[in-house]
Amino acid sequence: MGERLVELEVLRYHPETDSEPHFQRYSATCREEWVVLDALNHIKEAIDPTLSYRWSCHMAVCGSCGMMINGEPKLACKAFLRDYRGVIRVEPLRHFPIERDLVTVIDDFIAKLARVKPWLMPKDNKALAAGEYRQTPAELKRFKRYSMCINCMLCYASCPEYGLIPEYIGPAAIALAHRYNQDSRDGGRELRQQETAATEGAWECSFVGACSEVCPEHVDPAGAIQQVKIESTVDWYQEHLMPWLKK
Amino acid sequence: MSRKPYVRAITSEWIFRHPRYVRYMVREFSCLFIGGWTLLMVWGLKQLAEGPAAWAAFLEFLKSPASIAFHVLALAFAAYHSITWFKLTPKALPLQIGEEFVADAAIAGAHFGAWAALSLAVLILAGAF
Repeated sequence: MGERLVELEVLRYHPETDSEPHFQRYSATCREEWVVLDALNHIKEAIDPTLSYRWSCHMAVCGSCGMMINGEPKLACKAFLRDYRGVIRVEPLRHFPIERDLVTVIDDFIAKLARVKPWLMPKDNKALAAGEYRQTPAELKRFKRYSMCINCMLCYASCPEYGLIPEYIGPAAIALAHRYNQDSRDGGRELRQQETAATEGAWECSFVGACSEVCPEHVDPAGAIQQVKIESTVDWYQEHLMPWLKK
Repeated sequence: MSRKPYVRAITSEWIFRHPRYVRYMVREFSCLFIGGWTLLMVWGLKQLAEGPAAWAAFLEFLKSPASIAFHVLALAFAAYHSITWFKLTPKALPLQIGEEFVADAAIAGAHFGAWAALSLAVLILAGAF
């Protein structure tokens, strides 16, 4: 395996001393098979221990190392150095406030995630002794792709609507709400729709589609959001034109 | 340690950050031409209601170079809008039969097929053949 000198331009921000972020360039000898996260780890260990960033699993599961790499939201553990030429520019995820260096403040996303109630609310509450809630492979397949979200927030960093309208609940939270709405065992759709079918929910989306393009787990939040819009529209017609159809 | 999160300002540069955003803005921009053409049709209806002279003047206006240029542009934007939307239909309308989902190409293809059939019907009704 070969080595090469990699130039990284990293956005730095130290709240104790800086009034605004600035770029700092590092030259690091990296192995050809490394990802950007390996390069950052190498810089932190050998060149600059003050560099801050989040990471954990190094295998695209934990969703911690999301950052802008050459302007695109990427998991640093999935961004291979061999796919980049020239200086690699690394910035914190766009649309989130910067806590320090590449670490962002994610409180807004966490609060929105809780608002859409991303958990199973069984439609018929069985006694524990009555056994498990069963599901066919077809029923599982109906929502499985939406359950693959790792909360990495790349979709939020890619979404201009979220950047321009911070109140927007956003792609991952709506996709997760949709995941439970689509679950044959669940009965919580009406409660979730109060958030996802509101103006700040799915209707804020104008279908740029970037969220689905950047999603490292192929969740397709853009598709989920459009389906929530359709469900919300059907709900409206049922309520206003065919109230007798509503339960 | 005190916190001082830094909030970055959003500027319109995002449109040019990636080709996907430019494509999206062109799709949004297409509504101006489609809206303009719709208003033109409403104006045409008004001229038709006002009598043969007004209608003839409207038809004459449609033959002007400015009108032809506008129609070519409006057609191009309408086609772009329709094609990009129909390509997105599999996301909004996934169809599961049994365990498997119907292929994206079949869902988008059905929309393109219906579009072609309806356009053909309109052209036949308009006496184009």
